Order: sequence, then C-alpha cells, then structure tokens
Amino acid sequence: MSSTPPKSLLVQGYEVVIGFETHTQLATKSKIFSRASTAFGAEPNTQACAVDLALPGTLPVMNREAVALAIRLGLALGSHIAEHSVFARKNYFYPDLPKGYQISQFEIPVVQGGEVSFLLGEEKKTVRLVRAHLEEDAGKSLHDEFHGMTGIDLNRAGTPLLEIVTEPDMRSSAEAVAYAKELHKIVTWIGICNGNMQEGSFRCDANVSVRKPGAELGTRREIKNLNSFKFMQQAIDYEIRWQIDQIEDGHAIQQATVLFNPDTGETRAMRTKEDAADYRYFPDPDLPPLVVSREWVEQVRATMPELPRQMAERLVRDYGLSAYDAETLTQSQSMANYFEAVAKMTQQPKLASNWVTGEVAALMNRQQVSIDDPEVPGPVQVSALIQRISDGAISHSGAKTAFQEMAIRTRTSFEELAAYLVELDALIESRGLKQMNDSSALDTLIDDVLATNAPMVEQFRAGKDKAFNALVGMVMKASKGKANPQQAGDLLRQKLQ
Amino acid sequence: MKDLHQLGVAELAAAIADKKTSAIEAAQHLLARAKQHETLGAYLALNEESTLAQAHAADARIAAGERGPLLGVPLAHKDIFVTTDFPTTAGSKMLQGYQSPFNATVVQRLADAGAVTLGKLSCDEFAMGGSNENSAFGAVRNPWDITRVPGGSSGGSAAAVASRLVPAATGTDTGGSIRQPASFTGITGIKPTYGRCSRYGMVAFASSLDQAGPMARSAADCAALLSAMAGPDIDRDSTSLDHPAEDYSAALLKPREGATATQPLKGLRIGLPTEFFGAGCAPDVLAAVRVALAEYEKLGATLVDVSLPRTELSIPVYYVIAPAEASSNLSRFDGVKFGHRAAQYNDLADMYQKTRSEGFGPEVQRRIMIGTYVLSHGYYDAYYLQAQKIRRLIAQDFQQAFTQCDVIAGPVAPTVAWKIGEKSDDPLANYLADIYTLSTSLAGLPGMSVPAGFGAGHMPVGLQLVGNYLKEGELLHTAHAFQQATDWHLKTPEGF
Repeated sequence: MSSTPPKSLLVQGYEVVIGFETHTQLATKSKIFSRASTAFGAEPNTQACAVDLALPGTLPVMNREAVALAIRLGLALGSHIAEHSVFARKNYFYPDLPKGYQISQFEIPVVQGGEVSFLLGEEKKTVRLVRAHLEEDAGKSLHDEFHGMTGIDLNRAGTPLLEIVTEPDMRSSAEAVAYAKELHKIVTWIGICNGNMQEGSFRCDANVSVRKPGAELGTRREIKNLNSFKFMQQAIDYEIRWQIDQIEDGHAIQQATVLFNPDTGETRAMRTKEDAADYRYFPDPDLPPLVVSREWVEQVRATMPELPRQMAERLVRDYGLSAYDAETLTQSQSMANYFEAVAKMTQQPKLASNWVTGEVAALMNRQQVSIDDPEVPGPVQVSALIQRISDGAISHSGAKTAFQEMAIRTRTSFEELAAYLVELDALIESRGLKQMNDSSALDTLIDDVLATNAPMVEQFRAGKDKAFNALVGMVMKASKGKANPQQAGDLLRQKLQ
Repeated sequence: MKDLHQLGVAELAAAIADKKTSAIEAAQHLLARAKQHETLGAYLALNEESTLAQAHAADARIAAGERGPLLGVPLAHKDIFVTTDFPTTAGSKMLQGYQSPFNATVVQRLADAGAVTLGKLSCDEFAMGGSNENSAFGAVRNPWDITRVPGGSSGGSAAAVASRLVPAATGTDTGGSIRQPASFTGITGIKPTYGRCSRYGMVAFASSLDQAGPMARSAADCAALLSAMAGPDIDRDSTSLDHPAEDYSAALLKPREGATATQPLKGLRIGLPTEFFGAGCAPDVLAAVRVALAEYEKLGATLVDVSLPRTELSIPVYYVIAPAEASSNLSRFDGVKFGHRAAQYNDLADMYQKTRSEGFGPEVQRRIMIGTYVLSHGYYDAYYLQAQKIRRLIAQDFQQAFTQCDVIAGPVAPTVAWKIGEKSDDPLANYLADIYTLSTSLAGLPGMSVPAGFGAGHMPVGLQLVGNYLKEGELLHTAHAFQQATDWHLKTPEGF
C-alpha cells in the first residue's frame, strides 16, 4: 500500500484512501433470531414478535438460513468460513433497540478475508475484504410523523444483516462506486440480498481519508448510509475536497461519523470520536458459538451459481464476445441468462449480444423495468427476430419496429422458437415489414432514386464516399425500410460503376 | 386423612386420583390458606378465577380417566417466570403490573402435566439477593422464625413450601437461589445442570448461570416436578440441552448396583471438599452436616476427602460474571416499551435515567454498575475475561474431584437464616454467604439442598449435594435414600 500512486489519481497532490462497510440485508423469510417475517412495508410493529420486542423471558435462536447466506458470500468471494464464530452483545441505549444491545459478531466473524475484483474502465481492480459478520438490524425511529414525539417501528428489528468490511484499498470515488456496484451485483447474483437500495437492503458506509503520497494513513471520517450509487460518488467527492481544504487551511481532521445531505450535496458530522459510546462488547451468553461444519459449507457450495466474473470470462471464451459486452451482459444474472438463451437458440452470439445490450436494454431503461418484466419481449421473441433477420425475411430496422410491437403486446409465453416464428411471421406480414428480396422491384426503385438525385450521384463520382451512404439511405427510405440494405448497397454500387 | 395442606405432591396427587379429594377442593383450600397467612409475604399475586378454572380442567381430565403424578396438584411459581394468567414483576417496581403474553416453558410444561397454578411467589428483585429483602414488595418471613429471612432469591417459594401454603413451587438458582432458601426453611430443592430446564420465559438475571428447579418437601416430590420441567426446548432457548427428558421418580426407586436392604447406598463415594469444612462455616451448621454425613455412612456410603482449591475465588468470579450479564440483560428495562416509565422527564437521556433510578432497587443498581464497570473498555480483560478463565478452572476442579467420588457433599450456607435487616446494609456480607453454592453454579453442575437438622435458634440446616453433569437422577436418589432413613424433611414449623 505504500507504493507511490500514479499522479493521475492524486487530488491536489493528495492520495485518497477509501474503505467500505456495507450492510446487506439477507434475503431470509424470517428474522435472524426470531420467527417473525422480514417482509418490507408492513404496518408499523406488525412484524415484531415477543423476541423482537425483547419482552422479559425471551431468548434468541439462530436462523440457520441467515448463516447459509453468509456462507454463500464467503464462497463467492474466496473467504475463509470460520468453523467457530461468536455472537457478542453491543450495548447501547436507543429507543429503536429493544434489548438495549445489538447482537453482532465482534471478535470472531463467520466470514474472514476474501476479495472483490472488478473492472474500472479497462483496468482490473481488487479490493481485499477484512471480514463479513452476521448481526441483527435495529428498528426505525420515525422523527417526522409525530409532532414533537418520536415513533418507533420495530418491524425491522432483528432483520438479518451481513456487514461486509473492506481493507482501505480504494483510491478514488470512481473506484469506490465501482466496488460497491460489483458487490451489489454479487450479492444479488448469489441470491443473498434483494439489493433494493431504496428500501435499505444494501447500505454503504464509506471511510474516507486523504494523505500525501507515501505518508501514514490520514484520519478517517465515516460517511454513513449511502443508499444510492449517485450520492455515493457525490458524497465521497465532497468529503475528499472538504478534508483537503481543512488540511490545507492548517486544520487536523477529527475522526467523525458524517451524514451526506443530497439536497445540499454536503457531508456533515453527526458525532465525533469524543462522544463515541463504550459498547461493552462481550460474548452473548444466550447464544453458543456458531459452528459451521465442513459438510455444511460443501452443501452450500453445491448450490452456488456460476459467478458473474466467471460467467463473463466464459462468454468471451465460448461466444467470442468482447470483454466489454461480456461485462455488460453479466450486470445481472437474469440478463446473462437471457443472453445465453438467445445465443443458444439462434447460434448467433454477436447478434444476440447486440440485441440484448441494445434494444432490450434500451427498453428496460425507458420503462424502468427488469429484464424479466412482462413488458420486455422474452428470449424466444428476440431469438425469432434474429432468425428472421438472418434469413433475410426482415431488415434490422424492420426488426426494431417488430420489437416495439412485441413490447406493446407483452411478453409471450411461447417456449418453442418454432411455435413463435409462426406468430412473428404473421406480425411481419400484417405490419408490412417483410423485406424486399425481389431484385427486380429493387432494381426499379434504385433507378428512380438515381434519376431523381443526380447531384448526389455527381458527388459520389467526384469521390465523396458519404454520398454513397446517403443514396443507400434514400433507397431504404423509398422501400419503407423493406429493402435488404446489403442487397441495396450491392445493386447500387453495380449501377454506379 | 390429614389436612389437605399437610399432603405433599405425591400424597395429594394420589388423594385426588383416588377421589378422596378433588383438584378444586385442594385449590380452594390452599387459596384460603394463602390469604390466611398473607403476613408471611410469600405470595405476590393470586388469581382465584384462573386457579379454579385450571382445577376444574384437571378434575375433568381425572374424570375422563387420566392419571398423572401432577394432575390436579396445586403449585406456585417464583415471580421470575412469566405467566399469562398472573402479572410478572420479578420482584421489581420496574415490572409492577406487567402482563406477559406467553407462559414460560417450565410453567407451560407443568400446566400441561395438569398442575394447577395457585399464584406467583415473591423473590429478590430480578433474583438478585440471598434474603428476599431485595423485593420491591416487602420482605418475606421465614415460617420457622418470622423475624428471620427465608433466604433468597427464591424466598417466597421456600417460605410457601415450608409453611405448607403449597406442596411444591418452582424456583430459580443463579448462584444458590434454590439451595440456600431451601436450606434456610428446611425444605428440599434441586438446581439441575445448566440447560436442563428451559430458560425461555424466565426473566433473565445472568444468562450463563440461571437455571430453574423445583422446591418441595421431599426429594421424591422434587423428582415428580423435575420430570415434567426438564427436557430440551431448543427452538426457544439456544442454551437448552438437547438431552431427552427423564423419569426421575423412577430413578429414585431404582436400587443402586451393590445395594443391600440395610445399605441402599453401598458403593456410593461422597466427596467432602476440605474448603467447605473450614473455619468459615458456623459450628452449629457443621455439626448438623456431620450428623447427616454419619447417617450416609450408615446407609453404606463412603466419605472421601476431596479438594476444590478455587472455592474462595468463586465469590469474585461470580460477582464479576453475574453482574456483567445482568447489566446487559436489564438494559431492556428502559421505559420505552413496557414496565415503569418516569412520569416527568426532559429528554431521552433524562427519561432513561429517571425511569431506571426509580424502577430498580439499590441492589439491582449496584450490580448494574458493577457489571457495566467490568465490561468497560480497558477493564474487560482484567475483570470479565480473567473471571471467565478462572471459571473454567473451577469447573476443572470439580471434574478432578469427581474422579475420586460420585457425589460431593457439604453445607449449603455457612450459617442458618439471619434476622431480617441484619445484613441489609452490608452487601459484601451477603455476597460472602454464597460461598458454598457459587462454584457449583459457575461449573454448571446440578446441586441440591436436603434438610439435615437444626442449628442455632432451632433454625433448619441444609446439606448440599452436588452431582456431575446430568446426574440429577443420582442426586435425587441419594437424597431420597437419606429421607427414607430420616425425618428432618417432615418437620413443620410451629403454627403451620
């Protein structure tokens, strides 16, 4: 870590050092130490049982599913899964913490070490993990709903969290955001977290400090609860500038916890080290050490999916895609699976990739829906389109029109390509999208275009290549998109020679 | 037939089964008796309606032909067990009027066995104390001398059983809270192996030590209760032992290997820890214990000297670990969700401070402060961690002793019951009185108190028996054999 960073990464001569702590809400049905439901959005305090309310006499009982999900993360990130780990009590008073302590793994976490690798532009980056530990979430304090009072909603109390802690390995806000996006992709990919940042299922805290290259680590400030990638970058950039300004003005940085205000774009200290509580951690006597047998780890390993990085590498290898396309397609497991289905059905991986990252992704963005949404035509539909493009029945532009028609009609339930082709052909027919493959009709059309655009023909003959493309465009337009552009180009060139 | 209140668990169950009396008659009789002896301070809550409904239900089960060792038998619970039909206070103003939405596992299991709950019994606040003077609802009197304490923290349970208000009661023992009051009131009580009875529904004092157990007049009656109370509850209590329930009543009757008609305990080796028989123990107590041990020799047992070298350390170790856990366990009593909340406060911190200052008594506050201190940053290693290390050594000492003997015996407490108020200004003197019971709790071993005669002021003396892990059956058998040969457990305080 002491090697001199490239100059391009320095900000006003300072090196930026960032570490992350991410609270991922584990996708279990019930809470980590009780049987109450974890579903989001229920009426306040309807999903808190006696254990969550910390009624006298209640005791925690470990939810094994939460442990299994922690093991999944450990396996995905190449971590050590501890055979024995220990739950401790973190003691502090707050109204939304019913027991007066939070149960959290402190000294011995279940997931130890590991790393997250990702591309930052063209460059491969690796961020090392310190640990990932299991803990319970607190309830929510509602300060705005009740005038002059605070409401407490304990539905969230006891929700299982896996807190993923990195080494201070990141050197820019862009790298930090890329790390967070990669981690987000992994936890949703392996199914341990729904990834919903709005609902707080994936909450990042960024520890930020700056130093002169080669110097000791600077004092860090922790930006809490960054729950969007956009704010994450803004917050870190603001914090970096603020810290450098402070140091340049001769002030020392005080260790502090800060909050980012998206309205002002600023970070503000909520508490400093001086008022840090003494949490009086000690092993929770209500919970024996968590024992994870090798057999259990192997059972979980047997259910692990191919991971995004492995899959991206395989897409490059098996389908000849570019690294960039493979990366784009493995943004989510559903998109990657969608692509593979189309590639296999059509045997046209490049076209499949172009369609999924092009039209399909554009539609998803436009409608703000996932690839599994009924508004997005399914892999069979896109495969059928690609098939008809390949066999010349429809042009690219015609296919795009057909795709929009499909989107309006909602996703088909056809699973067989052959069966859907019948429906697609009917659509092509009824919308008049069939490509003009008849060369005599095209011949006439081209002659008309050449006759009415003599100046353009002159320009081409004068050596302007652009004019040729314009002429092809005019032919396509005259054919209402039905002409096969390849064929039109060939014919046009023949006639111009 | 004797008066109903003179009958023990087995006798009463038999009388009810044989239709000589009924559950409803027994319940009515004992409810009346509870009111008659209100001045003892044993009961904190009665609910006549619920008790009679339970008794009717038991009678209906009997009418349907059902039989059971606890069916129709009235019991009462230490007010540390949460109950749906009675308020649960844990002896604290903090929980005055608190109503639990569920029953403790132990309470539920006894109810399922057909026992009829008469009410809730006083205890030291949050089970912290050895005299029952720390209850927010007043001291409990020892029926053998109403100017003396009944012991604690299960003082209400002990006084109620000794004064024949109820044939048996539940108690909890963290550092001696079943054994010491049993000893002080001349009854029989057993603290099982840690984890043998579920802690679910016990208001927690010190999680790694708390254990429920029965208190009754005889080992046989304790066996009947414990058979119903013990057994795994792993879906609710992670520290519950996954070890099947046992029929302890059957264990009493099963002869030891090598037993003869006159020597039922032939072959039993009783270990006497040198450290339990030193100058710290009052001569009257030692005298009674030695007479009891001589009786054991007559029954065929051999006495062997053993050593528990860290006995003295058990006091500081216990008074670090128990308050540490308590300071955290009691954090939930913050005035936010249930229990007492100060009427007037300025802000959140003020609400916490006033609520907890008003709600907790002085001994509880003292232990919360000790516990908070020993867990604090910079002190944790020196106190808490060190105490845990010595705790392991104490447990090892017992295992060493058990290579030489089957059961360990000695006094339960260094003295007989003291006068109410005598030690209430001296917490340290109270702590030191726990010396013979703490090490067993720290090691998680089963221990019991068996009536063994009388000491100064004609106050009862208990003999402590300690067994190895899960040897409750052997302990109860050993106590039962003694009670077959002696009648100390049948003595009743005058006027009761």
